[in-house]
Amino acid sequence: MPINVNEIRKDFPIFQRETRPGIPLVYLDSTATSQKPLAVIEAMNNFYRCSNANIHRGVHTLAEESTALYEQARVKIAKFINSHSAHQIIYTRNTTESINLVAYSWARANLKAGDLVILTEMEHHSNLVPWHILELERGIRLEFIPVTEDGLLDLDAYRSLLSQSPKLVSFTHMSNVLGTINPAAEIIRLAHEAGALTLVDAAQSVPHLKMDVQALDADFLAFSAHKMCGPTGIGILYGRLELLESMPPFLGGGDMIKEVKLRSFRANTLPHKFEAGTPAIAEAVGLGAAVDYLSSLGMDAISAHEQEITEYALERLEEIPGLKVFGPSADKKGGVASFTFDGVHPHDVAQILDRDGIAIRAGHHCAQPLHERFGIPATSRASFYLYSTKDEVDLLVNGIYKVKELFG
Amino acid sequence: MDDLYREVIIEHYKNPGYRGHLDPHDIQFEDNNPLCGDHIEITLRTDESGKVTDARFDGHGCAISQASADLLVESIIGKPLEEVKQLNKEYILDMLGIDLGPVRLKCALLSLKVLKAGVYGLGEASEDLVE
Repeated sequence: MPINVNEIRKDFPIFQRETRPGIPLVYLDSTATSQKPLAVIEAMNNFYRCSNANIHRGVHTLAEESTALYEQARVKIAKFINSHSAHQIIYTRNTTESINLVAYSWARANLKAGDLVILTEMEHHSNLVPWHILELERGIRLEFIPVTEDGLLDLDAYRSLLSQSPKLVSFTHMSNVLGTINPAAEIIRLAHEAGALTLVDAAQSVPHLKMDVQALDADFLAFSAHKMCGPTGIGILYGRLELLESMPPFLGGGDMIKEVKLRSFRANTLPHKFEAGTPAIAEAVGLGAAVDYLSSLGMDAISAHEQEITEYALERLEEIPGLKVFGPSADKKGGVASFTFDGVHPHDVAQILDRDGIAIRAGHHCAQPLHERFGIPATSRASFYLYSTKDEVDLLVNGIYKVKELFG
Repeated sequence: MDDLYREVIIEHYKNPGYRGHLDPHDIQFEDNNPLCGDHIEITLRTDESGKVTDARFDGHGCAISQASADLLVESIIGKPLEEVKQLNKEYILDMLGIDLGPVRLKCALLSLKVLKAGVYGLGEASEDLVE
């Protein structure tokens, strides 16, 4: 069933506000972070009002309730991405920490000087810098799948890189700048044929596409709650069971141990082995509520709505003289339109649109090498989600015409 | 806010009088604003008394960063370097005639940061230079 965007907008309290008197909010920055439905806000609010206690080991009622809520959320998330078990769902702070967990734990235990890790030219800094650090520390080698002029990965170049026997292929499922949805299943299949493991940066895909980690056959997959209607401060690392079991702990401390002596420790079982210290409990509950919310609407229906808005947005934007949208055609991308506008810096575009309550992002969007690849310092980026409307696209287009007028 | 894109700013952005690169020059420095990729290079010529005889800026970025660079470079020609060293944030904001939030302030002050790092002969431009 298609989603009813007008009804959905009522679920998000923030759309009741004006950015300044008489100017409603036109929020086109969901790729940076999504807005939150009342169900998520209330779930976290209720947790603090009614159930708050630290989790695990506590025997009192609140501790048991909190633990149950925290673990129930994990089960919901496992189901949402079709993980075989909830043990494979590790709570982290965000996608960045999930990737760093793999880089610190798995990679430091398994990679040595000269070992090859394949990345792509369209990565977010969070899937570049952890590997740069390992390159400096360990002398691993990095190679990059090139991006074609229309914003796709060059799979022929990828195939030839695979002949160098990489140990890991770590790539973004959906570009946060170009919107490109990469053929993750094929990339993973080819990596496995070459004997490499795979890490999928799914920060942009899990919020927008139906995710099935078993069908993808991903070894690791990372995403954040805050881009999928959930709170900030919590993210997920999914991993294949035998990999997670074989990996050494990441952070040391409480909860990640079975037993501690003065001079030694024994690590806890999964998933707790990777969850040292008091975690983001209310945020886990909030993420669970976000998963319920998205599931109740259906991810396929959400994707279809975004596809319709994106097609319309690209069509309207491309009719503006001097405006250039980067990335592939609407059928190959998610709800992202990054563009340059002749003679006007993205910061100025964003600032002028803000006068009309239109929130877009300007800059390199934490993907500096990708912008260098296209020979531009920055882009303006409008992004869409389940609550975006065609009216908002029209307001964006009108706003850009105003920019044009001002800069003449 | 509506004053942000005052005519003077749009005018200096679109038709800068002092865009270019002096060769030869006595002082050269360049830096980026990593947040948005703005880039400014400033080149200066000075005489024996330490006075700025000519100056140019080059680079790319938003209207605020480029207009403030043009205004700044124009304003220092004829000034002794000792005086240039004393220029501060208020000097730029007075010239622009606008109020700026913390994000755009960095755009406006990039050229001053570059200028002072060059004049002081520093290896790296720091935020302290424009406080």
